[in-house]
Amino acid sequence: MKVLTPTVLTYVKIVLLVAIVPAIVGFVIVLAERRLMGFMQVRLGPNRVGPQGVLQGLADLLKLVTKEDITPARAERAVHFLAPVLTVVPALTALGLIPFGPAVRVGRITTPLWVTDVNVGLLFLIGITSIGVYGIILGGWASNNKYALLGGLRSAAQLVSYEVPMGLALVSVLLMSRSLSLVEIVQRQQRIHLWFVFPGLLAFFLYLVAGVAETNRNPFDLPEAESELVSGFNTEYSGVKFAFFFLGEYTAMIIISCVATAVFFGGWLRPFPSVAKFQFLDVIPPGIWFVGKTAVFLFCYIWARSTFPRYRFDQLMALGWRWMIPLALANIVIVAAAILSTPGRTNGLFVLAWIYGGLFVVCFALARLRRSLARRDRLASVPQGAEESA
Amino acid sequence: MELNFGPQHPSTHGVLRLVLKVDGEKILEAKPDVGYLHRGTEKLFETETYPMGIPHTDRMDYVAAATNNHAYCLTIEKLLGLEIPRRAQLIRVILDELQRLSSHLVWLGTSGIDLGAVTPFWYAFREREQILDFFEEYCGARLTLNCMRIGGLPFDLTPGWVERLAEFVDDLPARIDDYEQLLTDNRIWKNRTVGIGVISAQECVEWGLTGPVLRGSGVEWDLRRAQPYECYEELDFAIPTRTNGDTYDRYVVRVQEMRQSVRILKQCLALLEPGEIRGKVPRVIKPIAEEVYASIESPKGELGFYCVSNGTNRPYRMHCRPPSFINLQVLPRLAKGHLISDLVALIGTIDIVLGEVDR
Repeated sequence: MKVLTPTVLTYVKIVLLVAIVPAIVGFVIVLAERRLMGFMQVRLGPNRVGPQGVLQGLADLLKLVTKEDITPARAERAVHFLAPVLTVVPALTALGLIPFGPAVRVGRITTPLWVTDVNVGLLFLIGITSIGVYGIILGGWASNNKYALLGGLRSAAQLVSYEVPMGLALVSVLLMSRSLSLVEIVQRQQRIHLWFVFPGLLAFFLYLVAGVAETNRNPFDLPEAESELVSGFNTEYSGVKFAFFFLGEYTAMIIISCVATAVFFGGWLRPFPSVAKFQFLDVIPPGIWFVGKTAVFLFCYIWARSTFPRYRFDQLMALGWRWMIPLALANIVIVAAAILSTPGRTNGLFVLAWIYGGLFVVCFALARLRRSLARRDRLASVPQGAEESA
Repeated sequence: MELNFGPQHPSTHGVLRLVLKVDGEKILEAKPDVGYLHRGTEKLFETETYPMGIPHTDRMDYVAAATNNHAYCLTIEKLLGLEIPRRAQLIRVILDELQRLSSHLVWLGTSGIDLGAVTPFWYAFREREQILDFFEEYCGARLTLNCMRIGGLPFDLTPGWVERLAEFVDDLPARIDDYEQLLTDNRIWKNRTVGIGVISAQECVEWGLTGPVLRGSGVEWDLRRAQPYECYEELDFAIPTRTNGDTYDRYVVRVQEMRQSVRILKQCLALLEPGEIRGKVPRVIKPIAEEVYASIESPKGELGFYCVSNGTNRPYRMHCRPPSFINLQVLPRLAKGHLISDLVALIGTIDIVLGEVDR
């Protein structure tokens, strides 16, 4: 056992992350996405390869690996090669910072479920995931294809704009957590007996939307925009390089979801971490709580993908700059005020949580009401015949 | 920058090629280049006898074969002065309205996909499959129906068809509600369609646009009402119109038309009585030398045939007025100044079928 010094252990964990996560991406998430979308769209989804299609990921991977790797004529060869690497590597690096759970014991070794806990974790995470953006921009530019170029241009503006509200949304969390370390953020949520999602409800929504935009997913999948730009930046990519883009996108999704879990939903903590009555929830180990919460976010990604139409480019920018950034800034002020109103204690945050929660319920109810009224007016405008007015 | 949009592009609904001049994503000029699917159908009509022309019409607007058959047969019937038995008229109207539903469903699904909403497509196609099943049971074909004959119909309805159709039709309004749930009040859908490709009623008339495009601009013109054919006179249905003439209004008009088609179908099914399905048609169709034009309201607009006969058993000249082709003309005018994303919406909203554009 002397072999497993902390340093070696770290390397082991890194290898596990780099080896396991792509596998999870390939097998579980893609399959889950396709089957779920199949379910939502009254069709089956892949179910031929292996029982219930569980080996579909393997088949896809084999296909991509054996496919001819084409570099278009007069493309920037070096950049064209570099771009997919640039999307994957930062995404995988960022995984090292995610605290999947507290210390676990395996045999005689005790080790926390994260590779490293950097004291500027969140900042580093935002920084390193931003590098992934270059991959998309450069990939679009280097392909020598007009559609790819348009996709690259779109992503340049979109991804850069949405980093801002995302960062600002996380700033309000920092005010509450007083630390950039992801582990410390989780532990603080345990100490103050409050998940940050409640006082940070607005921040959470902003983060969620910006996160979807950052990962190029529907309804913000403009750089790809199948029906407009014919896959946009990755039009000219095939084989392994395409697989890299694919992997990068899904890893980015995982990271966004993991960060949302850690920062807003108490990471590996069970619900009501300080209420003794809910002790029985500890049956489920902390790591599983983390994965479960993350899975919920990933489900939301898939859900949104099969529900919403795509934004238009200028509308997307307007949403980011005119709504999300001002809201995020206002939110920072509000959260700061809530914290300052009760120095040394957290009562202000609880009050804020109730206010935000109430506002959310009211807005939701109003939206439902407006929708049903609009539908009634619409149906009333043209005679429908008595038999089907119901 | 000059951008070739199509002919191989997922959103051009076939083989339409658009040559775009763009500044960034803004379209300065859009030039449609048609003809990739040209098969010389109009010339083919001249080489074959009148009844042999019907299958060719299937291949024009290939998502709405029944209405094509209908327009063609109606023209020849006008030429011959034929009377159609009532049962045949009703069944023709039923087939037409089913076809309108299926065509609108294809439009709904594909234009949803164009704007990134993938799920409505699968819902719409689920219902379309059922409609195609009805066609298949009636005439054996699902798309190229060839389901009408000069003077009537080739077959009577199969037993149980009417009952099953009635059941399906009862179910449809709820299904249409489902599509609307996903799109009509959706903020993003509205952002993408309201104010896009606005065209005034005046302009619509000047460009010769027909169908939902015209009605979306507020002109209440529907050949089923304006020049009733078959038994549309007796049927009670509304002509949905909207006033803004943008993509959203055209969407609403089409969805409401689907609801009206359901109404028409219900009435027709109630009116059906046993009877003849073919009029007194001469064994050899040899009309006198004359020129006639007859048109119907196809799902896409006014679909008409202009036939010049010269006393033989083949037409001297057969011209088609294809709504898709004439509606497509307006695309450059609509697209100018919009973004590439809007262009995709616009191609969807004028609802073209390239088989009909190119013939």
